[in-house]
Amino acid sequence: MDKEQLKKIIYELVEASTGKKKLKQSDILKKVAADQGLEKDEVKAALRELVDAGTLIFTYFGGSFIEIPPKQ
Amino acid sequence: MSKKYATPLLDELKKGAFPSFVKEMEMAAERSDMAADLLGLVELSYKEKVTHWKHGGIVGVRGYGGGVIGRYSDIPDKFPGVAHFHTVRVNSPSGFYYTSDAIKEICDIWDKYGSGLTNVHGSTGDLVLLGTRTESLEPIFAELSSRGWDLGGSGSAMRTPSCCVGKSRCEWANIDSMAITNDITHHFQDEMHRPAFPYKFKFKVAGCAVDCIASIARADMSIIGTWKGDIRIDQTEVKNCETKGMNIQTEVIDMCPTGCMQWDGKQLKIDNSNCNRCMNCIARMPKALRPGTEQGATLLLGSKAPIVTGALMSWVIVPFIKMEPPYEEFYELVGKIWEWWDENGKNRERIGELIERLSFPRFLKEVGLEPVAAMVKEPRRDPFFFWSEEDIIKK
Repeated sequence: MDKEQLKKIIYELVEASTGKKKLKQSDILKKVAADQGLEKDEVKAALRELVDAGTLIFTYFGGSFIEIPPKQ
Repeated sequence: MSKKYATPLLDELKKGAFPSFVKEMEMAAERSDMAADLLGLVELSYKEKVTHWKHGGIVGVRGYGGGVIGRYSDIPDKFPGVAHFHTVRVNSPSGFYYTSDAIKEICDIWDKYGSGLTNVHGSTGDLVLLGTRTESLEPIFAELSSRGWDLGGSGSAMRTPSCCVGKSRCEWANIDSMAITNDITHHFQDEMHRPAFPYKFKFKVAGCAVDCIASIARADMSIIGTWKGDIRIDQTEVKNCETKGMNIQTEVIDMCPTGCMQWDGKQLKIDNSNCNRCMNCIARMPKALRPGTEQGATLLLGSKAPIVTGALMSWVIVPFIKMEPPYEEFYELVGKIWEWWDENGKNRERIGELIERLSFPRFLKEVGLEPVAAMVKEPRRDPFFFWSEEDIIKK
């Protein structure tokens, strides 16, 4: 799968969970890898690019989660 | 210089023989508004018996999920200097060795961007810098990383591994604890900086069973140096110990937890097949006794301090493993353990708690470790038996 497409799928998953359930990195890797028939490492690489770009961020609320950054 | 706030309760902590953190904070307050307001806020907390810190949130540097612990005050208007008071964890070098130049470098950066307060080292093993604002985090990270430093671990990630001084200063080390710690740090950069676990995971590496860093009580995985084969004995030096006033019977023989030693006044005998390698005798008579020559490590899993649930001690999962570069067997096992934890663990469940919940036999079976009698729960106390009826019949 094209990496940009994969990044979009990851972002949409996090976006859909916002306000409902906080997702851990492993939740995203498992879900996207299973849904798209990909290796977890491939999903991880795409997720890392999103985090490095600041499109998604790590947060801590009694555990570490991946979320969309708040609007400034 | 006059104090910004009256602090009668904190002043009590300056009395007594021991160095006081209050004195240090007062010195820092002479040139740092953050430190001055910190004194005021802590005094108020002591008076009201309630914390004024809020923990966690969205604080960090781009690309990393750890290394910064978010702290905000719940009364920022009253103490604006500590409205933000984030902690920065800096990855410590193996064995905590620094040059004076390295310490000056860190302190200069911290004076520029932070409160100037540090509690080198925190209980995490990191070099801990206390108190900075959100907008200073990226500049601090840029300055640290441009000089070869990196942030440590926090959150649901691998934490900064730590170790004893090992072979650099200790003749008892059976493994190169500093080299192993350094290798683990580099090997698991992703696991340290991008939290992906159910909860925290700590490695601590001790060169021998004396375990100066208390890895057996503080690390999710304890790597403790040990040996195979017989303890090396120099009978002349044993005799010298007695000549110099040591009571070998009471100080060594009677202290042996397995009772595997004998001393007749002339010769020391050890039944090595019953030795559990606790190191007591070797530590008592370092010139007379030395570990065997085939050296490696015992891997233990599951200890933790009481946070979400009670304290646990480590369990032996691998009685003996060679710990030599490139540590392939070790890394393969760690990968399997983490995969099992990821599949089965709940949020904020440590690996030791998960093993207790699902059982040790299940853990061994699913991780692919063959049960052996040397897998001891809380070593030196309780042997751990888990033979099934089927196993007994088969053997």
